[in-house]
Amino acid sequence: MDHKRLTLFAGHYGSGKTNIAVNYALALANEGKKVCIADLDIVNPYFRTADSSEQLKAAGVDLIVPQFANSNVDLPALPAEAYRLVEDRSSFGVMDIGGDDRGAYALGRYVPFIKKENDYRMIFVANCYRPLTQAPEDALEVMREIEAACGLQFTDIVNNSHLGPLTDVQTVLDSVDYTEKLSQLSGLPIYMTTVRSDLAPEISKHIPNVLPLLLQEKYFDLPDQKH
Amino acid sequence: MAQRILMKGNEAIAEAAIRAGCRHYFGYPITPQTEIAAYMAKKMPKIGGVFLQAESEVASINMVYGAAAAGMRVMTSSSSPGISLKAEGLSYIAGSDVPALVVNVQRGGPGLGGIQPSQSDYFQATKGGGHGDYRMIVLAPASVQEMASLTIKGFNLADKYRMTSMILADGTIGQMMEPISFEDAEIEVYEKPWALTGTNCERKHNVVNSLYLKPEALEVTNFERYERYKIVEENEPMWEEYMMDDAEICVVAFGIASRVAKNAIVAARQEGIKVGLIRPITLWPFPKEALRKAADKVKGFISVELSMGQMIEDVRLYTQCKRPVGLCNRCGGMIPSPDEVLASIRNAEKGVF
Repeated sequence: MDHKRLTLFAGHYGSGKTNIAVNYALALANEGKKVCIADLDIVNPYFRTADSSEQLKAAGVDLIVPQFANSNVDLPALPAEAYRLVEDRSSFGVMDIGGDDRGAYALGRYVPFIKKENDYRMIFVANCYRPLTQAPEDALEVMREIEAACGLQFTDIVNNSHLGPLTDVQTVLDSVDYTEKLSQLSGLPIYMTTVRSDLAPEISKHIPNVLPLLLQEKYFDLPDQKH
Repeated sequence: MAQRILMKGNEAIAEAAIRAGCRHYFGYPITPQTEIAAYMAKKMPKIGGVFLQAESEVASINMVYGAAAAGMRVMTSSSSPGISLKAEGLSYIAGSDVPALVVNVQRGGPGLGGIQPSQSDYFQATKGGGHGDYRMIVLAPASVQEMASLTIKGFNLADKYRMTSMILADGTIGQMMEPISFEDAEIEVYEKPWALTGTNCERKHNVVNSLYLKPEALEVTNFERYERYKIVEENEPMWEEYMMDDAEICVVAFGIASRVAKNAIVAARQEGIKVGLIRPITLWPFPKEALRKAADKVKGFISVELSMGQMIEDVRLYTQCKRPVGLCNRCGGMIPSPDEVLASIRNAEKGVF
């Protein structure tokens, strides 16, 4: 996979942006690149990039998080240092944008810088098993709303279709038609398919450009849900 | 295989409500339940329903009261401080015997508290909250699937008994995502001859009201209402038992705490400790019988809660204090870890509760 200087992940809330952004940043770091990741999610109060801070730190990834992330207040404030990510061109930058058009408003202020540099990939994260984007047409609608909110056009699609702990190889293979339809409707290429790491070897036999995802174990995973 | 979709707990409540026939949602935004309102805002206009963001929580609960009086399946949702604001309306709805569904996705308190998960509204949900003698059916989901199924159940029970069903969830279950199916949804429909639907000059006026001019009449109404509550207590308790067959220690936990407890129980079993779980699914009516029976065979209980210890009072009450009851808790938006619960279980094994 080729990388642009900036990679932005946006999409419907709950589509998997944060997990993918974290794993993508780690994959870049693994390739020996200098990487900075910014959590620009002003929508979601729980389960954020900051949850992976130790892992990111260990891999040498620079993490920018809003001051109040994971705290007890709901203040959608963006960190001033997020500008560092768009302005410091010596580092690869990964941006985790909040869900839907409401989350994408936060991106707007950085868009002039991003367009000026013109070395970015704006990625729409799609999961065909999410209730409000089950039809490619609905996903396209969300895409257009996000573009209108932030003023930046999508350039690529990531297929992140999964059913949480119930995901198997077939779950992902069943999503191929959906993603191709979305690709046709939007005219955008499918940049990669993201899958839970244990499924990646098998799925790679059928689908190109698979990024294996390491998922955090959560305290509320049930005994029979652990992988 | 059943068709499954991946949903957030809050979305599951909204979708389940729509499938249950709810076409009237009145609310006011508050974290961590905002996805319920967002989902309703997106879907209700497409299916001919009403989504209305009221000017306040007090307004929204009174809109629920009005729509319920008209015989509609209606709901509101909020989080802890917002539910306190709705308390007056909850009492009026109970005093008028109209059915409604109210969702509380709890956050840390008291006061403005915080936005992280909590279970510290147990007293408020099960012992009142509003004024006067009344009860609500309180359902405590522990998974996204249950967020959906208990919402449908909640509407059914509300209509059946003409009372409020409350979904008492917490921020984590509201925000977490799991695959769910609606295939087993059983939607019951009840006649509502008492509803204010217009007489068409063909029947006497129906009156929905909680004001009684004569104390004798108010007393009789309360007596009758409590007869109905007694039937609910007999027929509707729900609970899950997990590894209880040979258990010598019984963990009692609901909602998110029960999931943490299950992991701790699996770990304790690997150490040879005979421990099980009773998970109340209805907090009112409380599963008294399950607790009473367990008290005859275990040596003690551990109540695991995201509060300073509220359900523990019911555990003591319904085990008639026959056995010691310990508390394993975190609060203020914190969640007990499986290790903390395991430590409590190890202590219980040594007789320390």
